[in-house]
Amino acid sequence: MEKEKVITTKQLTKQFGDFTAVNGISFEVHKGEIFGFLGANGAGKTTAIKMLCGLLAPTSGEAAVAGFDVYKQAEKIKKNIGYMSQKFSLYDDLTVRENMRLFAGIYGMDRKTIKQRTEEKLKQLELEPQADDLVNSLPLGWKQKLAFSIAIFHDPKIVFLDEPTGGVDPLARKQFWEMIYTAAHNGITIFVTTHYMDEAEYCDRVTIMVDGEIKALDTPGNLKETYEAESIDEVFYKLARTATRKAD
Amino acid sequence: MNAVSVEHITKTYLQKEQKKEKKVTALDDVSFTVDKGELFGIIGPDGAGKTSLFRILTTVLLADSGKASVEGLDVVKDYRKIRDRVGYMPGKFSLYQDLTVEENLNFFATIFNTTVKKNYELIKDIYVQLEPFKKRRAGALSGGMKQKLALCCALIHKPSILFLDEPTTGVDPVSRRDFWDMIKKLKEQDIAILVSTAYMDEANMCEKIALIQKGNILTVSSPEKITSEFDQPLLAVRSDDMYQLLYDLRANKAVKEAYPFGAYYHVIPEDANKTKELEAYLQQKGQKDLEVKPIKANIEDSFIALMKKND
Amino acid sequence: MKRLLSFVIKEFHHIFRDRRTMLILLGMPIVQIILFGFAVTNEVNNASIAIWDQSKDEATTQIIQRISSSKYFDIEQSLHSKEGIEGAFKKGKVKMVIVFPQRFRESLLHEHNAEVQLIADASDLNTASTLTNYASSIIMRYQADILDADIPYQVKTNIKMLYNPNLESAYNFVPGVMGLILMLISAMMTSVSIVREKEMGTMEVLLVSPVKAYMVIISKVIPYLVLSLVNIISIILLSVYALGVPVTGNLVLLIGESILFIITSLSLGITISTVTKSQQAAMLISMMGLMLPTILLSGFIFPIENMPVVLQVISNIVPAKWYIDIVRMVMIKGLGFGAVMKDTIILTGITMLFIIISLLRFKTRLE
Repeated sequence: MEKEKVITTKQLTKQFGDFTAVNGISFEVHKGEIFGFLGANGAGKTTAIKMLCGLLAPTSGEAAVAGFDVYKQAEKIKKNIGYMSQKFSLYDDLTVRENMRLFAGIYGMDRKTIKQRTEEKLKQLELEPQADDLVNSLPLGWKQKLAFSIAIFHDPKIVFLDEPTGGVDPLARKQFWEMIYTAAHNGITIFVTTHYMDEAEYCDRVTIMVDGEIKALDTPGNLKETYEAESIDEVFYKLARTATRKAD
Repeated sequence: MNAVSVEHITKTYLQKEQKKEKKVTALDDVSFTVDKGELFGIIGPDGAGKTSLFRILTTVLLADSGKASVEGLDVVKDYRKIRDRVGYMPGKFSLYQDLTVEENLNFFATIFNTTVKKNYELIKDIYVQLEPFKKRRAGALSGGMKQKLALCCALIHKPSILFLDEPTTGVDPVSRRDFWDMIKKLKEQDIAILVSTAYMDEANMCEKIALIQKGNILTVSSPEKITSEFDQPLLAVRSDDMYQLLYDLRANKAVKEAYPFGAYYHVIPEDANKTKELEAYLQQKGQKDLEVKPIKANIEDSFIALMKKND
Repeated sequence: MKRLLSFVIKEFHHIFRDRRTMLILLGMPIVQIILFGFAVTNEVNNASIAIWDQSKDEATTQIIQRISSSKYFDIEQSLHSKEGIEGAFKKGKVKMVIVFPQRFRESLLHEHNAEVQLIADASDLNTASTLTNYASSIIMRYQADILDADIPYQVKTNIKMLYNPNLESAYNFVPGVMGLILMLISAMMTSVSIVREKEMGTMEVLLVSPVKAYMVIISKVIPYLVLSLVNIISIILLSVYALGVPVTGNLVLLIGESILFIITSLSLGITISTVTKSQQAAMLISMMGLMLPTILLSGFIFPIENMPVVLQVISNIVPAKWYIDIVRMVMIKGLGFGAVMKDTIILTGITMLFIIISLLRFKTRLE
């Protein structure tokens, strides 16, 4: 069965002057897939994601995200993706409920849907008693879960997660990944960028970028087999060590 | 004499929250010791109290109660003497962003009354990697390079004990690995090293670790010992429908716990000898490509188990 | 000593590498002086004046000749009565009226004393003060010329400023700008630079080192002291050569008092840094807590005597008030140390207070 493709890129390239940040990357991401995007600092990860999110026009190549062209339909792409980073996702000085409403409002959802879905999400997260507390007062693990549910509040086709579980306790982390699995099961494609390799082990497929190029793309299991490594960390180390480009 | 000794240290903060002040316990009756020349890891999530602990030991923060000493010196009374001999690398790489690599290093050498030349041997291995960029401002370095420079600056006065607060946070995997290699080399110089991290997989790099959560030390031991003390059977399970698998596992009464772990679920069954039954149950549920194998616990499993026990 | 030196060098690096700050630091005094200078002392040429000569003798004719031949004045009309003066001003053309009393020459010769009245339209303050200055100097020169004849004649110019009796001299701005600039650079920059170390986490490393707190403070203070001195000198040079505001009093005294005020401001800056945690907060406190009082309550722009009593009392704790007063006395009025002793003592007191507060508040630990 041919799976629906949510992201396709062909020879996607971005140059800044003489410097080729992303050099002809081609890959496909399927609907409901958890796709890990790994790379050291300066490998071109951020540039690639900016292009996929419609924030940066590619120099050459093709890319379609959620069925929209990155050159011409950037605004439509933005409407169909969600984004969550470890650093910035929520307003600390707003309450849980206010944060939900704010982000839903940004995506132009109507009031009735927002209201209904807010209650739904609060229930799912078991955050009803804390609904009117400032986000600031929540433990980190809850904040991250909340941030994720807000990132998928508007039912995006794809959600981009930037180092989603850094710094949380292992239990909260497991719960977080359960949420991600559920979202993926419900058809949301998960695009995870991280440089913590044990996070990569949770992904369905993983790509490793080195010097602006994709050096490996496979399931974590196959990658470990191919590179005769015990962990993705080791696979990454073997590949990234060959990098000639330094983030410096 | 221990390199570090901590006895019943408690520290609380007042946190303002929606107009009312709330008391937050950063450290709750914490005790442990670090031997001379030991590589000691303090492992726990953000907000567990790692930074407070480091600040108390480096004498920049006072505990509410309890006693702590560094190389036999009291952190309150003898704080001046401690400051002469410890190396400290705080959570954010505390460098002067507008000074060059060289200038940073020279500056930190002079404030410790020494010169880069005198102790160059100690930092040589690390500094050679920085040498090509020595005229570059610290602010323009990558995360990994900043981390190396910060380590050089903390080492330049040849401290007898080194405190590294989350040195690998925000650093890419290659630099992270290089970093641990450097730390291991330093250990050969007989420097006691305390390092904190939120990343469980770094626990195995240390000789001894303290797992810390919500201001409480869960356990102190070698990583091997901690994982070997995991007293329950553990299985790794996977199939082609991972989403459904978790529900099926949790629906089974013989399963005490199941949680995602990389490409598998880690499952704690009620009875280690009934693996076959579990497998049969899952197959009957329609799980294909099923894989069930007994495994050894790792630090993360132990941490979760200890967390639950502690609650 | 070596440690302190490397500390100070590091501070200079911070300052010199931040080009924008550098530009503000060194450019601001120049811009302010020029700005105020141009607003205040544009040269006046060919101003229309009127003369009411009640004496019409040899002396008045000579003076009038000198005035009319100068490039500054155009004698628009001759007046013949007191009422004519009012009328001349009301028509709006005449900027100044010179009145010679009756029997001018006789008074000058026999009583060795004569009086000329200069009446200026001080609604245009700058022009008025410039014109009276020009006229006075012409009359003085005439006086000096006849003095050569060894007779102690004296012509007194009696200046009367119409419409603005509390004449605010252009000279006021120079002391004001000096006070403002020094306060800003010394207090704000020091507090921001100390707090920056707290924000960046470098303070934590410094604390966990054998460095003593006073060393950190002294090393922060020295560069800004030097920069402030550079500014003082550039302000004085500008005011003397560009604005023509001379240093009438003792230059050494002026610089000495300036150093005292710089130290006051530095101690104030350190005090601010001990109570704030972020650069933003330090900046805000410096702006609101120092800049505004310095501009509004120091007598720089608004005369203190005209303020409500409450503000007059408050103005006493504004260090810049005392400094501006000192500069006025020394630089403009040319008075000696005796005249500024009281202000100096008060300023020293304020400085001591801040140094004590900041030493008490500066901690060897975090929090």
